[in-house]
Order: sequence, then C-alpha cells, then structure tokens
Amino acid sequence: MAAARIRHMLRTQISAFGSAPAPVLPRAAAKHPERISRRAESITVTDPKPDARPGWVDQMIRVRDDRSEDDFVALFDHFAPRVKAFLMRSGSDASLAEECAQEVMVTVWNKAHMFDPGRASVATWIFTIARNKKIDVLRRQRRPEPEDLPWGPEPEPDQTEVLALQQETETLGEALAALPDKQRQLIEKAYFGDLTHSEIAAETGLPLGTIKSRIRLALDRLRHAMQQKQ
Amino acid sequence: MTEPTHHLTPQLLMAYSAGTLPEAFDLIVASHVSLCDTCRAELASYDAVGGALLEAETDDFRGIELDASSRGDVLAAIRNEESAAPAPAPKCGDPRVPTPLAPYVVGGLDAVKWRSVGMGVKQSILPTAPGATARLLYIPAGTAVPDHGHNGTEVTLVLKGAFEDEDGRFARGDVEVATEELNHTPVADISEDCICLAVTDAPLRFKGLLPRLAQPFLKI
Repeated sequence: MAAARIRHMLRTQISAFGSAPAPVLPRAAAKHPERISRRAESITVTDPKPDARPGWVDQMIRVRDDRSEDDFVALFDHFAPRVKAFLMRSGSDASLAEECAQEVMVTVWNKAHMFDPGRASVATWIFTIARNKKIDVLRRQRRPEPEDLPWGPEPEPDQTEVLALQQETETLGEALAALPDKQRQLIEKAYFGDLTHSEIAAETGLPLGTIKSRIRLALDRLRHAMQQKQ
Repeated sequence: MTEPTHHLTPQLLMAYSAGTLPEAFDLIVASHVSLCDTCRAELASYDAVGGALLEAETDDFRGIELDASSRGDVLAAIRNEESAAPAPAPKCGDPRVPTPLAPYVVGGLDAVKWRSVGMGVKQSILPTAPGATARLLYIPAGTAVPDHGHNGTEVTLVLKGAFEDEDGRFARGDVEVATEELNHTPVADISEDCICLAVTDAPLRFKGLLPRLAQPFLKI
C-alpha cells in the first residue's frame, strides 16, 4: 500500500474512530529533493518563538532537526509534570514517577528523529512513550509493538497534512473537555487509572455494561464533534 | 498481500492504546496491527485520545511538581548519552511471523515444538506474563478444533492457511474475537494446514468429556 494512502488514513482516522476512511486525496505536490536540507536553513533558530504554532510542533521539530536544548527545556517544562502526574495516577509513588518522567523526557530527546508531525501530535507521541514506560516499569511486562511502517519521518512533511492534524488535535481536546463529567471521567480512568473496564466497574460500583456503554457514548460524542468540524 | 477483513474490536484497540492489557493480548493486537492498516489507523485515533488527555488541564495535573534538580538532571543525561541507538528487535526470518511475534518464535514456525491436544490439533504455549495465555495452534487441513466455549475472551489471529466457523471464514491476518457467548467449532480449510496465534484470558471450555478431562494437564 502506498505510503501516502496510509498517511491519509492515519490522519482521517483520528477524527473517524474506526468509521470508514475518506477517499484518498492526491498528494498536494511532488517532493522537491533540493529542499530536503531544512537543517541548514534553520540552524540559527534556537529560542522558542512566542508566536510558535500551537501544539509544540515547532519546538519538537527544532529538537529533532537542530538538537535545540532551549526548545527541549520548553517541552520539558510543559510535559514532564504531566507525565509524572500520569504515572502517579497509574499507581506509581512520587519518587518512581519522578524518575520515570525524567527517563521519558530523555527518550523524547534520544528518539526525536522518529517524531513525524504528519502522523501524531507532540502530546500523542509523548503519551505513547510515557505509556510504554508505564508498562515497562509499573507492570513489569514486555510490550510488543506493531512493526514500524516501512518509512521514517519525511524530511519535508506535507504542511497541509501537519496543519490538518494539529487542527484535529485541538478539536479533539475541546471535544474531550466538553464531554459530560461522567463520560470524561471514565475515559480518564481507562487511560490514566490503569484499569480495565471490569476493574473500573469494581471501583465505581457501576455495572460493567454501564461502563462499556458510557465509554462508547463518550467516543461517539468525540467522533461527532470531530465530524462537525470537518 | 490482501488486507484482512476481520478486525480487532474498539475495546481491544483502546485498551492496547491505554496500556492496560496483559502481555499476551498486547502481543496479538500488535501482530494484527502489523498486518492491518485499518486497525493501525484506528489505533492512532485512540493514541490521539491519550495525547489529548495528557494535554488537557485536568485537576490531576495541578499541584504536581518535579523535583528541583529534575531539569538539570535530564539536561545532564541528554548531554551524556547522545542518541544511544536502540538494539534492533530480533527477527526470526520467517515471513509468516509478524514482527512483534518474532521474539517469541525465534526459529520461525517450522521450529516450533508442538504438543498434541487431540484430533490432530497441536499447540505450543508462548512465554508471556501472567493474566492471559498466548499459544500457537496447528490445525491440520480439513480438521475441526473441538467445539468449545469461553469463560472469557479468546482472540485468534490466522498466520497461515484459513479456518471457517459460525462467524465466517478467517484467512491470513484476520482476527476472530470470541466472547463468552460464542460456542464455535473452527474448521481448517481442506487445502492447507492452518496455524494461528490464539490468546485467552480464561481457560477454554471444551464440551466433550475427554477434552475436559485433558484440560488441566494440557493448559488449554
């Protein structure tokens, strides 16, 4: 399958939650090999710009391409406390969560070359690293991961794709915030409480069927909110 | 290769994204996603929910602070271990084995040590963390796996050949997610032996007396 088609599916699926993917759009333009060397062009950019695009994409790309420590510090200050909170909510004590949050941020630096703004938002990418750390350290389990797609991050990602993904990410965040409390709390429990649906049922005293239908309702609402925006 | 037509459930994909499944289920989800672009894309949408939660301003994140030395420690660490290259995951060289499964089936499918479970069907239990059991199942061409129900969930991924049961026909890359309600009798295609990865979170219930007697010994 063509890389472009999977990319497009990945993007549209963020809003679709499993409904049928939209028809594949033609790529906006052919790649220009002569433009591949972004690094040389942007080497002087070191300070996080106040007018940077939302979602931390610019900072992450400068960490990736220029190994910018200033931008890494900005990412660290924003995400490290969140990762620590996530790990504590998953059952870790404060000192282990602190240690793991630091390791997660070191991984963000070391694996920055894997970051692809056309495929995942910065928050999503860091979430997957933090989740894997949780499984590794808290659950002491191996984590089988899907085979990598047969291409790495593109040197010159399609800017319309990057922008569209950023907009969808923002819409998803707003839709999540707008969920009824009961539904949002269950989604949070499922992701951050490190609980299976049955464990959530035991903890909340709600029947398993209620848990499942509330989570399904929440996902339906998210999907609906995303489709309104399209 | 043709795309699979039988997919994972939203529940399993969401739980894989949240990181709450036992290792054996992680293994089968990752294996199917490696063969199925539809489920890979759907998984990305659940990862995006996780990202949105991490970015959200919830009460949990207020008041959580890092140690005073935290930032300095991390900066020292990234200056020290400049991009340590991760070890590549072991490959078994058998194209029928999806990449995530390769470390569990080191010699490929031809080197698996099978144990008979009767009626020509064989199995090999894979080493995973407790909470669920992963096994390879070998079903000779035209053979039926004994009729069984489940106390919990059974997920089956076809690696080679195909089988058919009450829910349809399942070929390479397809997954069948069977819950407690389903009593099924998978029958392998007549043309080829079938090999599956099967994961269960509770023992299977075979209906016949003999398989039930054998169950405690065979770890089915």
